Amino acid sequence: MENTEPARVLDEQRLDRLQHDAFSYFLQAVNPVTGLVADTTRENSPCSIAVVGFALSVYPVAVARSWMSRADAVERCLKVLRFFRDSDQSGAPDATGYNGFYYHFLSMDTGARVWRSELSMVDTALLIAGALTAARYFTASTAAEIELRELVELLYRRIDWRWAQDERGVIRQGWKPECGFLHYVWQGYNEAIVLYVLALGSPTHPLDGNGYEAWTVTYQWENMYGYDVLYAGPLFIHQFSHAWVDLRGIQDRFMREKHSDYFENSRRAIMVQRGYAERNPNEFAGYDDCCWGLTACDGPDRGMPELAQILDPRHHLFGYAARGVPFGPDDGTLSGWAVLASLPFAPEIVLRSAGTMLDRYPGMLSGGRYTTSFNPTLAPDAPRANYDTGRRGSGAWYSTGHFGLDQGILVMMIENHRTGLIWQLMRGCPYIVAGLRRAGFRGGWLS
Amino acid sequence: MAELNTTTAPQDAFERERLDNVRPPEWHNPPPADRYGLVVIGGGTAGRVAAYEAAALGARVALIEHGLVGGTCLNVGCVPSKSIIRTSRLYAEMRNGEQYGAQVPLDIRVDFAAVMRRMRGIRARISREESVRRLVAANVDVFFGDARFTGTDTLAVDGTRFRFKKALVATGARPDTPSIPGLADAGYFTNETVFDLTQAPRRLLVIGGGPLGCEMAQAFCRLGVETIIAQERPLFLPREERDAAQILAESFARDGMEVRLNARAVCVRVENGQKVVDLVTDGETSTVTVDAILTGTGRVPNVDELNLEAAGVSYDNTIGVHVDDFLRTDNRRIYAAGDACLADKFNHTADASARLAIRNALSYGRRRVSALVIPWCTYTDPEIAHVGLYVRQALERKIPVKTFTIPMHDVDRAITDDDEMGVVKIHVKERTDRILGATIVARHAGEMINEITLAMVTGIGLETIAHTMHSYGTQAEGIKLAADAFSRTRVRRAIPSLLRRWLQR
Repeated sequence: MENTEPARVLDEQRLDRLQHDAFSYFLQAVNPVTGLVADTTRENSPCSIAVVGFALSVYPVAVARSWMSRADAVERCLKVLRFFRDSDQSGAPDATGYNGFYYHFLSMDTGARVWRSELSMVDTALLIAGALTAARYFTASTAAEIELRELVELLYRRIDWRWAQDERGVIRQGWKPECGFLHYVWQGYNEAIVLYVLALGSPTHPLDGNGYEAWTVTYQWENMYGYDVLYAGPLFIHQFSHAWVDLRGIQDRFMREKHSDYFENSRRAIMVQRGYAERNPNEFAGYDDCCWGLTACDGPDRGMPELAQILDPRHHLFGYAARGVPFGPDDGTLSGWAVLASLPFAPEIVLRSAGTMLDRYPGMLSGGRYTTSFNPTLAPDAPRANYDTGRRGSGAWYSTGHFGLDQGILVMMIENHRTGLIWQLMRGCPYIVAGLRRAGFRGGWLS
Repeated sequence: MAELNTTTAPQDAFERERLDNVRPPEWHNPPPADRYGLVVIGGGTAGRVAAYEAAALGARVALIEHGLVGGTCLNVGCVPSKSIIRTSRLYAEMRNGEQYGAQVPLDIRVDFAAVMRRMRGIRARISREESVRRLVAANVDVFFGDARFTGTDTLAVDGTRFRFKKALVATGARPDTPSIPGLADAGYFTNETVFDLTQAPRRLLVIGGGPLGCEMAQAFCRLGVETIIAQERPLFLPREERDAAQILAESFARDGMEVRLNARAVCVRVENGQKVVDLVTDGETSTVTVDAILTGTGRVPNVDELNLEAAGVSYDNTIGVHVDDFLRTDNRRIYAAGDACLADKFNHTADASARLAIRNALSYGRRRVSALVIPWCTYTDPEIAHVGLYVRQALERKIPVKTFTIPMHDVDRAITDDDEMGVVKIHVKERTDRILGATIVARHAGEMINEITLAMVTGIGLETIAHTMHSYGTQAEGIKLAADAFSRTRVRRAIPSLLRRWLQR
């Protein structure tokens, strides 16, 4: 079913409000004692170390935009950085970290590992990227800001990246005290550029050998829907490293060969998302070139009581999953934030799509913030057999609560679009520059 | 004479016919000739093909089979599995009838005994082609028994001595049983025993997410068996592309199969007549309770009973007989073919390698096994077929590669048939139309991959495929669409130079 109403372009004022409201997550979800930030606003949510990385990255944005005083921001940074400095690094099942890495999920109150989560290499990288962002912004010669920078140095320098390499030099995904390294491997393009750059740029434990090449050899350069693209299904993969690293116009060996760069690649990934949404092979409600955004998110699942009356028995739901295009999984669930977080790559398309989506499905915002997902096929008044009749309900199913990752990437990517603040900060970070060079990046601003 | 291969399948007319074809009950080994031009050990696909080829070349040929002629493929592999996969697909379609605008039958009950009876009928029918009588009619001396080498040009079958000019080891492979504590005591099926079932287990655990495990798990699930598949790796079919494996995982979930990835079975015990299996994922143990276990964790070559040492042939129990690129062993009189020596353990590889070995052994040929273009297919739904290089292999060899990708939802016939889950991926050497390989995930991927194989063998590039009409209304149009996408990139590159020339006129 085609949506016929005209597309609405998101204006600057609305953009500012959305960015501000996304930032407010980090004020709401922080533990005032430890400085740790919750993964979600849902009850009993633990801290996600990646979300702390986003928090550390967006405090500078908030100061720059006068949403927060510099002193307040520095105090928040210090609190959480001191916590990590003093945390239990023994690798015990209830410790906080090991070899400079941290468990993915921590108790908000004590910082101890929860959910038997893994020591996460990529989430540690996001945490440290945030810490380095703060260190690049808070450069005053005050005692507090000097301490902040020293803490960041300490945390970064103590990460033993080499320990996490496998026999081919590739960085492993995780480790658990119960079973050692997990045997997941980074295969194909994903969000790990920032991880490799930080690991290669380390002044203390830089990666041995050519792990970056060993990873990129698993890439696939594909012509898909008419676009030449380094493929990855979920949208967030095309965003996360870009939040910190300005990948415009710089190329590693792979991109030099393809006469492209990762920034242009993300723009094309958006085109593939739109191409998929237009084709809409599963005939889900709402999809078109202005309504897309398949990514990793929490979505509906069969056990949700509100779906009992409307769910078609043939409609398979995936709950929390890395949704992607064009091979799925796809259960009709989209993420509005993932569209807006694509802003730097294709501003006109994204402003029109984000505006249109908000107009059609205003319920995707709660308290001014994006919920993690919505699903128009599961509108509360959707007829059960909507596949066969083509009839649709109005509105959509909306996820409840907010996720820190969504809010963090949104604040950062809107800021990069508006001022390029984070990119500017990190272009001046010697570790990032060294890491990029060691990964083989050349050209553009690196020249 | 060795004991008949035991089978617990019902001894119905179909089974009697099959055994009559592949191991006649009244068979008496003929007296052996003084010396054979070729002795073939093993009567599976490789052995039979080799025997026919050699006999056609005029050689005096003996074929020695330990169990049943026809080997794994006919008796306990491709033929029975494809038969029950077809029925399981029909049941899946019946349940999904609404999707096709059809009425779902009110009472869908699986008659498992009938499924297996049909399979036995098909197996018996195909066994006619592969019968001992046909071998004999082709002037092949057939012997049943256990062959053991006794020298560099001699072997013995249950005490009878054979001399040969050339020999071919084509003894195939058998299921590799995982060494899980308690598994043997609890009892389990492999591909060698599962087709003897006449009654479906209520709950089945399939250990192993390779081709066999995936095919059988989906088939049993669709035949109404509550099926759990436990795969030690993070994805199914670890050899295949990530996208293919992910599409398959989604398909399994839609079938209602319980998928346990990263799950290693560590212990099996029997409690109240049920099999209780501990699965460990990232250090955490969970327990599943089932009525039957099927293992599909790889295959090991049948080489350790042949006394290959006496013939001076090196081997190991993982790779099998050590051969060079011409399929010669350390002993220049002895060659090997098929699963006994090749990593690619497929029926068609056995066939092709047997032909190659015979040409090299008897006609002074110099054909190389590395020159074979080998397609393969896993017969899940959707099927996953591949030929040639994977992207990773190409990049490791420093070959720049570009993939032309057509999701099956862009293929009209896939849409009309509701077969949109899948993709055609054709890998070419960048800036050329040379096809390096392809992966196809589609309902009929196994049929579609043959076009790419032909193109690769004959050196046809993607440009030519783009100029080749494909019947509209076929799923193979996906290949044409990929070739068209390739052509468009060529046209895009050509435009500036054409424009330049036009402007310079």
